[in-house]
This record gives sequence, C-alpha cells and structure tokens, in this order.
Amino acid sequence: MTLIVFSDDLDRALAAFNLANTGASMGMKVNMFFTFWGLGVIKKESVARGDKSFMQWMMGLMKRGSAKRLTMSRMNMLGVGTGVMKSMMKKYRMPALQEMIELAREQGVRFVACTTSMALMGLAEQDFIEVDEYAGAATYLGLATESGVNLFI
Amino acid sequence: MDADKTIDCVGLYCPMPIVKTAQAVKKLTQGEVLEVVADDKGIKSDMPAWAEKTGNEFLGVEEDGGEIKVYVRKKAD
Repeated sequence: MTLIVFSDDLDRALAAFNLANTGASMGMKVNMFFTFWGLGVIKKESVARGDKSFMQWMMGLMKRGSAKRLTMSRMNMLGVGTGVMKSMMKKYRMPALQEMIELAREQGVRFVACTTSMALMGLAEQDFIEVDEYAGAATYLGLATESGVNLFI
Repeated sequence: MDADKTIDCVGLYCPMPIVKTAQAVKKLTQGEVLEVVADDKGIKSDMPAWAEKTGNEFLGVEEDGGEIKVYVRKKAD
C-alpha cells in the first residue's frame, strides 16, 4: 500500500495513519509519501531557521506543523473545534495522531519525504522526525506500481 | 469456544482491535486460537477480512449483549 500524504489537516492525517496501521497489521508493505503540506505531519515541533529564506521562515512560522499542532479541515473554530475533537477522541480511548505515528513506525511503515517540497519550504533533513528515504515522484511511482492500494490524502 | 489466549479490546475502536490482534497472533504458535473480546461491531467484518488477507483462519463470532467475541486460529507465520 502506498499513501500520498499531501494535506496537513489533522482529520486527514488521522485517516492516513489509520489505514497505514491497519495495512501493516494485515501484513502489507506500507509506504507513506509525505509531500507539500503533508510534510507538516512529520515535522519536528521546533524547526531551526537554518538556511531558510525570509519567506520560507515566515511560511514556517505561519504553518508551524508537527503532529501535535495540526488542526481539523472543518470546524476548527480558531482551535476550539480541534480541541473538542481531541478531548472526545481521548474519551473514546482513540489514539492521538502522535501515538498513531509511533505505532506506524513500530509496525515497520516506511516514511518517504518529498525533496522538492522540502526545497520549496526550506526544510532540511534535521527538521523531521524519522524518515526512511528522501526522494521524488519516480520513487513514489516505482512503489505505487508494485502496490495494489494507492491513495492520495 | 476454547482459546489459548484472550485479548481485551472492549472500548477500543478501529484500527486498534486489528492492530492488537496482529500483535497477539505474532506471539502465538501455529494452530493456537486467539479470542478477541470487543464491543465495536466493525470487528465482525474486519476480523474475517484480516484473517483472509493474512492467511489465518477465522473461526467465528459469539455475541453476548453488547460484547462481541471473535476467534482466529494462527495458520500463517
């Protein structure tokens, strides 16, 4: 299974990791390709200024990313809606996104980060949590053509 | 039904019962039976699908009120 994680919406990321974890539990080889805003899902909580241009740095400050800070695609209501959703998930003992990410790693799900998006956003390897491969579209398509389930999220 | 091991997934939702099943079956030896106790009814469809895909044997469902017990026999390594 391959999943393109394009979005950094919390709800979409949860759906992506739900499928990744289930697929791994079903014995499937799972590759997650993080691109564009999706890079925010695997970004560390604090990202260094590094060699980023002023615009890249400002974009990073506005779109701070990291699994902990993501918000819902709907009903965010300046964070209130996301907070309510997170507390409801806790009440129903549903794992938080960070736990789903850890679980995916434990189950051998591979993370691939898109180098073009990294360049555009001024992100470097040290700005991410664990990543297995830094690559481009050909790598994704190589994996996708060998896989029966390919989704863009 | 008799089982060699039971895991409690009551109160857990997708994907956790399947993830925990996969982890538990890994530790069993071939031929042993796992009992999964859950209350999310999705498991009634998900467990046969999981067994089919992983090459294990789905043995059936027992329901008692809101409690659902599903059984799988380890077939594959």
